[in-house]
Amino acid sequence: MEMLMLTLTIFVLAIFVGVEVINKVPPTLHTPLMSGTNAISGIVVVGAIISSGGGEQTDGLSTFLGVLAIILACINIFGGFTVTDRMLHMFKKK
Amino acid sequence: MHSFINFAYLVAAVLFIYGIKGMTTPKTAVRGNQLSAVGMLIAVIAALLEQNVVSYLYIIMGILIGAAIGTFLAKKVQMTSMPEMVAALNGFGGGASLLVASANYLEMQKAAALPMGAIMGMPEANMQWAIALIFSILIGAITLTGSFVAVGKLMGKLGDPSSIGMFKAIVKVCFVLLLAGSAYFVYDGPLENTDLLIVMVVICLLLGVALVIPIGGADMPVVIALLNSYSGLAGSATGFVLGNNGLIITGSLVGASGLILTTIMCKAMNRSLTNVLFGGSMAAQAGVSKDENDAFYEGKVKVTSADEVAMLLDSAKKVVFVPGYGLAVAQAQHATRELASMLQKHDIDVKYAIHPVAGRMPGHMNVLLAEAEVPYEQLVEMDVINPEFAQTDVAIVLGANDVTNPAASKDPNSPIFGMPILEVANAKTVIVVKRGLSPGFAGIPNELFINDNSLMVHGDAKLVLQEIIGAMKDL
Repeated sequence: MEMLMLTLTIFVLAIFVGVEVINKVPPTLHTPLMSGTNAISGIVVVGAIISSGGGEQTDGLSTFLGVLAIILACINIFGGFTVTDRMLHMFKKK
Repeated sequence: MHSFINFAYLVAAVLFIYGIKGMTTPKTAVRGNQLSAVGMLIAVIAALLEQNVVSYLYIIMGILIGAAIGTFLAKKVQMTSMPEMVAALNGFGGGASLLVASANYLEMQKAAALPMGAIMGMPEANMQWAIALIFSILIGAITLTGSFVAVGKLMGKLGDPSSIGMFKAIVKVCFVLLLAGSAYFVYDGPLENTDLLIVMVVICLLLGVALVIPIGGADMPVVIALLNSYSGLAGSATGFVLGNNGLIITGSLVGASGLILTTIMCKAMNRSLTNVLFGGSMAAQAGVSKDENDAFYEGKVKVTSADEVAMLLDSAKKVVFVPGYGLAVAQAQHATRELASMLQKHDIDVKYAIHPVAGRMPGHMNVLLAEAEVPYEQLVEMDVINPEFAQTDVAIVLGANDVTNPAASKDPNSPIFGMPILEVANAKTVIVVKRGLSPGFAGIPNELFINDNSLMVHGDAKLVLQEIIGAMKDL
């Protein structure tokens, strides 16, 4: 139960941090913001890596699901960061 | 080692926050994005060091395939199609959370069946885990199918259904089934109820479709932002499942971002989220028929030519462009910038008025104009530009419709009444470039087009702008 309270606290505080930081992003950059957050939501890849790593707890099906998750998360990571970079460079040049 | 790995996840999360902080100005944004990418690299390396990761073959295969697809999509996508790209990425994010949680479920089952019980480093399959698992799987599944329906709608392959009653009913039934199913799943022992979990996943996949299909095409900006938020929340829930704080923090950042953008979009349309989600498309609610639309404009529209527009512009001191999605469809952003540069050489003050819902997603119009090398300083937000219209000599409306409709402030019976608009009508002369007089997404005629100070030029935005540029050169 204590563990749950701790993780819940982290979750709630992180939402507040998110709101504070994101409220300062100007409307001009809202599209790159969305693709950028797409990229960082690929962090779920860390869970996928553990499932695909052939540990004692995995079996054929869970490894398969894990690899599929790695593929999807990496599409997000590589696609998200690359397309965000492409857009932001358009804003940078005068 | 274990605490070192967790520390690495924390570092990654901090870098993500710094990365988003970089997005507060266009100058620092590129660096911010790179910081986030470094954070991701750190997180991936940390995950590879986990004690339960013993073979790297499948991991490397998965990363290579995902990287190839992702990079290809990112390099290839047109800026006009960014909404589809982001919607698809939302879907992949949701899908990844769904898959990770499902894999974790299978692992927990296997671990519980092993003679020595739990495997080292694995959390216990308690009620907290079961609830997180349900959330992760359910939100992930809804995000997955909902996002791809949104992609279909954005591509114009899926239209708005004429009746939304059936979808509302499906949504209600799904909700009841899921609530009952989840409660049973958690209390009866999650590890024994695999079949129930599969049924609930299928219901959620269906729910994702039924939730998004009835939403009108005009409301897609809200839906994309909301699904963005869901994909983050699904990730956060997965963090609870795995007991991974890095995932929880990152997921909640994405969730907060999507939620803020959803609120901004709803405000810009003066609609509540409930109305957007369950009210059906605006045109279906209060749209006029083609005959009514024609009668509204009958004999009242003043049509002008590119030559006359060029003469008007030549004597102007301040010109404001009002771009809408029509500009993107006509690929006219480059021609617009060319005309703007020409006007600036004549010492004419040029600005662009950007409505928050112009384009098909938050900030879309800014990206399209940035692509055409319009300096971002010239892109002015609605609240800032509105007082300036009174001093504007010529306002040029390019493919924007509902966001300029004065009915939003004048006609209490209008479906868009109360929506904040660009007060274009206050400019001395308004030039409306439009193919015909068909209504916009709201399905209603626009009084701006028949105002005394309004002139219309019929035709494709790009061709009309090129004609105006030609006529300016001849002056």
